[in-house]
Amino acid sequence: MSFLALERVEKTYPNGTRAVKGVDLAIEEGEFIVLLGPSGCGKTTTLRMIAGLELATGGSIRLAGREVTLAKPSERDVGFVFQFYALYPHLDVAANIGFPLEATGVGRAEREKLVREVAEELDLSHLLARRPRELSGGDQQRVALARAMVRKPAAWLMDEPLGTLDADRRLEMCEFVRARQLRARVTTVYVTHDQEEAMRLADRVVVMSDGLILQDAPPLDVYDEPASLFVARFVGSPGMNFVEGEVRERDGTVRFRPRGAELELAVPRGAKPGPATLGVRAEFVGVVRGDGRATLRGRVKVDEYLGSSRSLHVDTPLGRVVARGDADAPSAVGEEVGLELALDHVRLFDPASGRRLA
Amino acid sequence: MSHALELRGVVKRFGATTALDGVDLVLGADEILVVLGPTGAGKTTLLRTIAGLEAPDEGSLVFAGRDATHAAPAERDIALVFQNFSLYPSWTVRENLAFPLGAPGRALNPSEIEARVQAAAATLRIPHLLDRAARHLSGGEMQRVAIGRAIVRRPKLFLMDEPLTNLDAKLREALRVELVELVRSLRLPMVYVTHDQAEALSMGDRVAVLSAGRVLQVGDAKSVYLAPASPLVARQLGSPPINLFEARWSDGWWRASDGVPLAPAERPNALAATLGVRPEHVLPTGGSAPARIEVVEDTGPTRVLLVACGASRWHLLVPRRFEARVGDELRPRIDPARVVVWPASA
Repeated sequence: MSFLALERVEKTYPNGTRAVKGVDLAIEEGEFIVLLGPSGCGKTTTLRMIAGLELATGGSIRLAGREVTLAKPSERDVGFVFQFYALYPHLDVAANIGFPLEATGVGRAEREKLVREVAEELDLSHLLARRPRELSGGDQQRVALARAMVRKPAAWLMDEPLGTLDADRRLEMCEFVRARQLRARVTTVYVTHDQEEAMRLADRVVVMSDGLILQDAPPLDVYDEPASLFVARFVGSPGMNFVEGEVRERDGTVRFRPRGAELELAVPRGAKPGPATLGVRAEFVGVVRGDGRATLRGRVKVDEYLGSSRSLHVDTPLGRVVARGDADAPSAVGEEVGLELALDHVRLFDPASGRRLA
Repeated sequence: MSHALELRGVVKRFGATTALDGVDLVLGADEILVVLGPTGAGKTTLLRTIAGLEAPDEGSLVFAGRDATHAAPAERDIALVFQNFSLYPSWTVRENLAFPLGAPGRALNPSEIEARVQAAAATLRIPHLLDRAARHLSGGEMQRVAIGRAIVRRPKLFLMDEPLTNLDAKLREALRVELVELVRSLRLPMVYVTHDQAEALSMGDRVAVLSAGRVLQVGDAKSVYLAPASPLVARQLGSPPINLFEARWSDGWWRASDGVPLAPAERPNALAATLGVRPEHVLPTGGSAPARIEVVEDTGPTRVLLVACGASRWHLLVPRRFEARVGDELRPRIDPARVVVWPASA
């Protein structure tokens, strides 16, 4: 039996809206799970049912060996972390961090020990006697984080905790969350719509859409082997490139024929003839500058310099294709370039159902 | 050729606070300039001053060769798009788009208005939404309409104040590209303000880094990224952030404060310096000092490592094929050709 187990969990609201349509999740002790999806996909409702802030209308939830489906939040031993909220201005940093411990009746000596421990992990030890207003914005956020994660309940449940932070601060906070979780080994379920955050943090990413789980796998598996078109598009920055067409067999060779273009592309082993959507990630589209031979040619409409890489947005006879380019190369905007798709990294999907074919 | 816009020594104070502290900037005829800075840097005040919503306390603004320091906002012919798309919720998309065209002194005949609305809707791929009430739109659709309302006017200059900030990560990424294509196709200049380093690097012809009301550096993204003028500028760009070291030179090496050798160098004039090294310029092997991996994060094509080396923590950006587990030891090597050195001031 898993440490945290959801079986066919459903949530139907009185007005008939089915927010969660039967979710199965098995989470081992100490795992970090990220529920990822666009707004309205059911990820937050799922988290709130684990917390007991909403009650499931079907299925069961077990946590730490106990059935908790209809238990009160206070009976579940979970820590719920919302967006990091403001600190108490009249309390020093130590008292701010220790507040949740005091509220749950932890004794003074134990409290001081736990506060020292988390402060050390987040590099806050030298600030414990200060007031919040004496801290920089970044330090204040680390204090808020320390306060949120000072307790070690059976599970941490986090609902977009980094939601309002600037992009540059988010990365730093991601690392704090992950490092603290790795040390404390508290089972964690974290909700976000940001795929990059999900990839960075998770042991397993659970991609949700329309109240259902589309895929539940380690980050790189979701990235490399997306179970559907939706996952392939949602995960990755940029999302996968897609080309509509048909897999054909002729003289014993199976090839992909894009719609409306006079060319053929190699396909993965096991591809069966029929309509298909071909997908390939930007880093597996090679860019050939100059007049070199290439499968596909097109004009670079936008060349996004991103510091450690570039994204070349190329208009081709097959539509827009994004390729990941070398950051050190000069801008290719306006240029005609050749593109090569790496066969090993091409994926095929059923255009009707969106499901993975090969 | 005259610039679309020129700011000369612009100062703006609010009481005791100096929001803009002597800003000089020029904007080319069809240039996209991205202004990057953290909250409170003065970005919004800068845009409001250009738009004429704030009057500068000192300095001047020149539009296409003509002084406009004291010109009324309407005379400047500028379109401003905000972070919070301010549409009229009960109006249709068509009515929202047509609104700026009915402004006094701008009255166009109804067929001209409809033609412009149609053209803007087509450009932004929202013709199917024209009869929908704004309150029924998604966030991305609303922001498209807000941008559409800026382009129907055919202004001389676009000013955008973090227009993508409130959107989902996925949508932001897509709209960032669309917006650049749109503005390029209109051949109009734009000042685009953001705190998002990816937008700053990717969207503009040049990026200006603003901090505490001052422009710290202006240049094309690559030069600002690779040769930042100061550690403060360096930290604003790049994800993961640049590694910074307080270093001293001895025996042919820059060394961290704990003695860990960082990069070989000829004897410099100043023996103390701040060193900056981008995470992609730290190789995971080939160095001498041992480092312990504390965090491994995958982003898809690359992985980010956080390692403890001596008394400091370093970020490495390595190819995803690189095998790394938390707790493993490696010996990172800094590419000496890529180190940025800021000599300590005497």
